[in-house]
Amino acid sequence: MKKLEKKHPLAIRWFHWINFPLLALMIWSGAMIYWANAVYRVGVGKHQLLPMNFAQPTWNELHLSYRLAEGMALHFFVMWFFAINGLLYVAYTLFSGEWRLLVPNRASFRHALLTVLHDQHLRREPPPPQKFNGAQQFAYTGIVLMGFGSLVTGLAIYKPVQFAWLDALLGGYPMARFFHFWITIGYLLFFLVHVAQVARAGWNNFRSMVIGYELHDAPPSEVTGD
Amino acid sequence: MTDPGKTPDEVAAVAPESEPFETPEPPSEVHEADEAHLEREREIANDAAVDRELRRLSRRGFVTAGVAAVAGVAGWSWLRGRPRTDGLAWPFRRMLQLNEKVAEAYFRPSRMSPSFRPDQITAARINGGLGLSASYDNADWRLRIEGAASRAVLTLDEIRSFPRREMITEFRCIEGWSYIVKWTGARLADVMAKYPPPTRDGSAPDLERPDRLVRYVSMETPDRGYYVGLDMQSALHPQTLLAYEIDGQPLSWQHGAPLRLAIPVKYGVKNIKRVGTIRYTDVRPADYWAERGYDWYAGH
Repeated sequence: MKKLEKKHPLAIRWFHWINFPLLALMIWSGAMIYWANAVYRVGVGKHQLLPMNFAQPTWNELHLSYRLAEGMALHFFVMWFFAINGLLYVAYTLFSGEWRLLVPNRASFRHALLTVLHDQHLRREPPPPQKFNGAQQFAYTGIVLMGFGSLVTGLAIYKPVQFAWLDALLGGYPMARFFHFWITIGYLLFFLVHVAQVARAGWNNFRSMVIGYELHDAPPSEVTGD
Repeated sequence: MTDPGKTPDEVAAVAPESEPFETPEPPSEVHEADEAHLEREREIANDAAVDRELRRLSRRGFVTAGVAAVAGVAGWSWLRGRPRTDGLAWPFRRMLQLNEKVAEAYFRPSRMSPSFRPDQITAARINGGLGLSASYDNADWRLRIEGAASRAVLTLDEIRSFPRREMITEFRCIEGWSYIVKWTGARLADVMAKYPPPTRDGSAPDLERPDRLVRYVSMETPDRGYYVGLDMQSALHPQTLLAYEIDGQPLSWQHGAPLRLAIPVKYGVKNIKRVGTIRYTDVRPADYWAERGYDWYAGH
């Protein structure tokens, strides 16, 4: 017997879908800024595994070169909307009690492990069902903390004299910039995993993030079961 | 029976209960029906209702999402397509000005750019020679102060006669790089105290009351190839120096000999080299990079 179950509150859906283009614009304009001094890389000592300028041709291909002024203007425009939307989201989860479903607790470690083992086909039995599994709790709480980290490190780079104490806390201005950059790479990695998981979870799950409801098959009634 | 208040669709929806002719099995025969069969009927009816409701919710949800997406894209392209003010579509220029107001309100002259130890000094980068012609003869150089009660023309020795200040601070470029540098020079505020800017209401100037002074300080290279505008409170900040030495050495021409601005409360672009003219003004001064799409304030 089919049944519609309310899954995502309207507010959460709006916060989520508004955040998506805002964060994309922050990353895009951030890439324009980073191009001007693309110094980071993945490597040990002299051995470079991955240059973080993705080689200049990539930058040219994306039309992100020589756009520092524009990048800064966009970045310092969208930042307000990104910050406000994020803060409203956090305030909503706190006041609605939704945070209890999202923030990991003691059971989450085990649940996350069972989820990952099941997802990797290392364990047959699925973890006991709950709205957000342990792995999701870590991921979705982590992404909110990363958002907070972007705001804090961003403020430290944006106003390093007025917020000199914040830079000091982060280990100085160059370190604040370093963290700001790597949190962004973290978003890109999160995005890849997130989209892969959503694709795997299927249309019913994705649709619930748009319409709020998920379709379920309720167990057959006692009448037909005899 | 017809209800004038209902559309044909709604009438059809309630028809099975109100018109027994269309019901395959009238309620009166329930006791004889196979219960499992009835249950299946109920399940089919339920599932059909759920499917209808799901279609309705999906239509509403995806239409809303589509409209929001189109509105978002249209809004963004509208913003991007506005006429430009100094190289930026005006909404973005206006936002930079709004950010500037927030920054100016939060600014405190007591907040200092961090100081560093001498062993933390890193090699000073040379990054741009706008306004610096190599053929310029420093013997001709004078610092002109305009907009004060009386015009002043100062030699380098006169600048050196002001109290000598040293600081080791971070020089931060809009491009993202930074280095740690030792500046030696006269505090701009000390020079300004001797040649004070006029007030906006005509009262006697008092540097302790910067809100009464004209709002801006403009600086130019002798050839006017490079020029910056500063807000008054940043100009008066105790770490704003007219520097004549970098890392303990007299400035080289690439670093802006004979006198340059060192202003750690601003991005590197405001640290103008080879200052030729300082002008007090209540009209927002032109700024080389702000005319090319950058933030005019560029403050830290």
